[in-house]
Amino acid sequence: MTIRKTLARLVLTAAAGALALPAVAEESGWAQLNMPKGVTDISRKIYALHMEIFWVCVAIGVVVFGAMIWSMVVYRKSKGAIADTTMVHNTQVEIVWTIVPVIILIAMAVPAARTLIELEDTTRTGLNIKVTGFQWGWEYEYLDEGVSYFSHLDRASDAARELGSGIDPTTVPHYLLNVDHPLVVPNGVKVRLLITGADVIHSWWVKDLGVKKDAIPGFVNEAWFKVDDDFTGMLRGNCAELCGRDHGFMPIVVDVRSRADFDAWLKSTAAGQKEAAAPAAPPPATAPSSPPATASAAVAASG
Amino acid sequence: MAEPHAHAAAHADHDHKPHGWRRWVYATNHKDIGTMYLVFACTMFFIGGAMAMVIRLELFKPGLQFVDPQFFNSMTTMHALIMIFGAVMPGWTGLANWMIPMQVGAPDMALPRLNNFSFWILPFAFTLLISSLFVPGGAPAGGWTMYPPLVLQTGASFPMLVFAVHLMGASSILGAINVVVTIMNMRAPGITLLRMPLFVWTWLITAYLLIAVMPVLAGAVTMLLTDHFFGTTFFTAAGGGDPVMFQHIFWFFGHPEVYILILPAFGIVSEIIPTFSRKPLFGYETMVYAVASIAFLSFIVWAHHMFTVGMPLAAQLFFMLSTMLIAVPTGVKVFNWTATMWKGSLSFEPPMLFALAFLFLFTIGGFSGLMLAMVPADYQYQDTYFVVAHFHYVLVPGAIFAMMAGVYYWLPKWTGKMYDLKLATWHFWLSTVFVNVLFFPQHFLGLAGMPRRIPDYAVQFTDWNMVSSIGGFGFGLSQFLLPYIVIQCIRSGSPVGNRAWEGAHGLEWELPSPPPYHSWTTPPSDAVIARGAAH
Repeated sequence: MTIRKTLARLVLTAAAGALALPAVAEESGWAQLNMPKGVTDISRKIYALHMEIFWVCVAIGVVVFGAMIWSMVVYRKSKGAIADTTMVHNTQVEIVWTIVPVIILIAMAVPAARTLIELEDTTRTGLNIKVTGFQWGWEYEYLDEGVSYFSHLDRASDAARELGSGIDPTTVPHYLLNVDHPLVVPNGVKVRLLITGADVIHSWWVKDLGVKKDAIPGFVNEAWFKVDDDFTGMLRGNCAELCGRDHGFMPIVVDVRSRADFDAWLKSTAAGQKEAAAPAAPPPATAPSSPPATASAAVAASG
Repeated sequence: MAEPHAHAAAHADHDHKPHGWRRWVYATNHKDIGTMYLVFACTMFFIGGAMAMVIRLELFKPGLQFVDPQFFNSMTTMHALIMIFGAVMPGWTGLANWMIPMQVGAPDMALPRLNNFSFWILPFAFTLLISSLFVPGGAPAGGWTMYPPLVLQTGASFPMLVFAVHLMGASSILGAINVVVTIMNMRAPGITLLRMPLFVWTWLITAYLLIAVMPVLAGAVTMLLTDHFFGTTFFTAAGGGDPVMFQHIFWFFGHPEVYILILPAFGIVSEIIPTFSRKPLFGYETMVYAVASIAFLSFIVWAHHMFTVGMPLAAQLFFMLSTMLIAVPTGVKVFNWTATMWKGSLSFEPPMLFALAFLFLFTIGGFSGLMLAMVPADYQYQDTYFVVAHFHYVLVPGAIFAMMAGVYYWLPKWTGKMYDLKLATWHFWLSTVFVNVLFFPQHFLGLAGMPRRIPDYAVQFTDWNMVSSIGGFGFGLSQFLLPYIVIQCIRSGSPVGNRAWEGAHGLEWELPSPPPYHSWTTPPSDAVIARGAAH
């Protein structure tokens, strides 16, 4: 193998390392440079689209920046360059550099539109979950099974995130990305989310699912995902729309289980909630703390 | 050459122009008002910058070290409002005041008293806005986009925010009217529309955009005001309203606003690159048409700021396609600037350096903008640091760098003196290096999943946030060079001739440096116009 080939392979490996990332990597390092591929067909299509447009931009950049750098290096006055002042316009060139971008854009718009159409198809779903964003947490309601509960930032993160808490965030597992009661879903099932807000606008975002949808008070938005058959594990996300003081502290955790595990969980949770039904069905364990009273909340209450 | 102007200057001294504080408070002279606008913009740039430093300090490492989350949200909100309405927009108006009369062969702006009024609204508007930091409930913290219902939770500062926005809007509209009237009525005979310098062209189109959309913003915030105090429910579903309607109205203003912030930059860069390439601008007419088409398209792309609100499929497709279309005229502009340098004779004085940084870094912002247009991918980018990186690339090394290029380009004309070129080159290199250290890693943060507008983050985002903060502190500190260089130039710069730069063309360079009090008391002759436009 020649040196050039070795070099080329090294560069390619490095590029692949930087850009083709493990699905749910959360550790620092190369995973922190690019969008994750995620665990659904849609999220991978989004990733592919993202990489396509990225490489198109790189290619255009190489040409345009190349021409700029060439001019800066070659046509320097200090090197005795004399300006060609007759070069004021060129209709043919100008038509070319108007038409070519249009063609590139159409080529990009077609796959984007195709993915978007698929993404908006919320029919034929197997499980319906209502998601309500509130200041500052999420409520999940399994509509057909009558199971519902709240999901808040977990206690460890909540303690560590106080101003001057003295707790080193690096010692907290999944700092700010952990909740008391995650959303539990089965893999291999098309899950439809009906998303709304209780007070202000929030946005439900889990990047590995390729889902981000605003939770708007008074309106119900739809989104869906279908996790790969062979994936189980935790997926983490955040509220993505500024929603007040603790906007940064209302993470989303999705616990993806196998079909059988999910059914068992749903059955036992439904039974548990029915048993405790008399005092207005709290979630399996009580939420750690209600959102702290803040200046803005107090104002909202009084005004 | 100097004779008639010396006479004009002497004549100006016989005017009963006010001195001392009256010179500024009663100012009707376009140069004095331009200077006040620029000083105001610079002041706001440092105040807004200080807020950015608070943001970067808190984000230096995970955990909350310095500020309460509510105050952090106030900082992001106020930083945006101050930078957009206090630094960039008044900065452009300041340059318009200084340059448009000189570039079109006029003695002054068409409406000098209106000019005074439109400037003097601003200090009151921003005193009102900034003093909201000290009222119960703190400064507005719902984001500069003021989305309801969140913004309706704002404390005592809510009406202050609304009225400050009203005042800024009134100031901008009056300033824009003045620009349109000046350009349409005060051009010297012989300066036809298609002979105007591109800075004048871009400002003319900017002014129309301002007149079209500032009233829309005023309407939107007024509806917020009545929702909050008078029981209307424009944006409350419980009363039959719709919170998303606010977003549509806001971004119908907001997207043209983006071009209000960047079009004058296009104009300045289109003046500077030919000067230091010693070659006429490539494709002048297509540049004008490109700016006009960008301005038109800016009215039909607004909903790309809100793809995740749950719009119908057809609407999303429409806004995706219209947004992608903007890349075409923008591309034409970048290609034309590149072609202007091609086969030129380039030298690299500070204005050219800043213009070149604009060219490269604005294009990077354009690329990320193209990526953001792809709706499915935008679902992942929306409201993350990727968006923060995108709009800071177009606004800081875009708009702000072009403004600095303009100041360094015309400062010798304004003062009649040359500034310290070496120091200004230092300012360029420090700014350019640090601005990339500051904003480039934010692309990574966004793609890896860090939402924007959060005071604290998951630990895997630590490294890039630290890098970004270091870039931020470096960039912030480097900016103190700008006022230093300007003051030093005014005090002790070496005198320059009419044409401060070898390759400079345009009517402003036919006037002495500094120019007389009333720029062109008699319209420039055809010969002077022809020499000025010696393309």
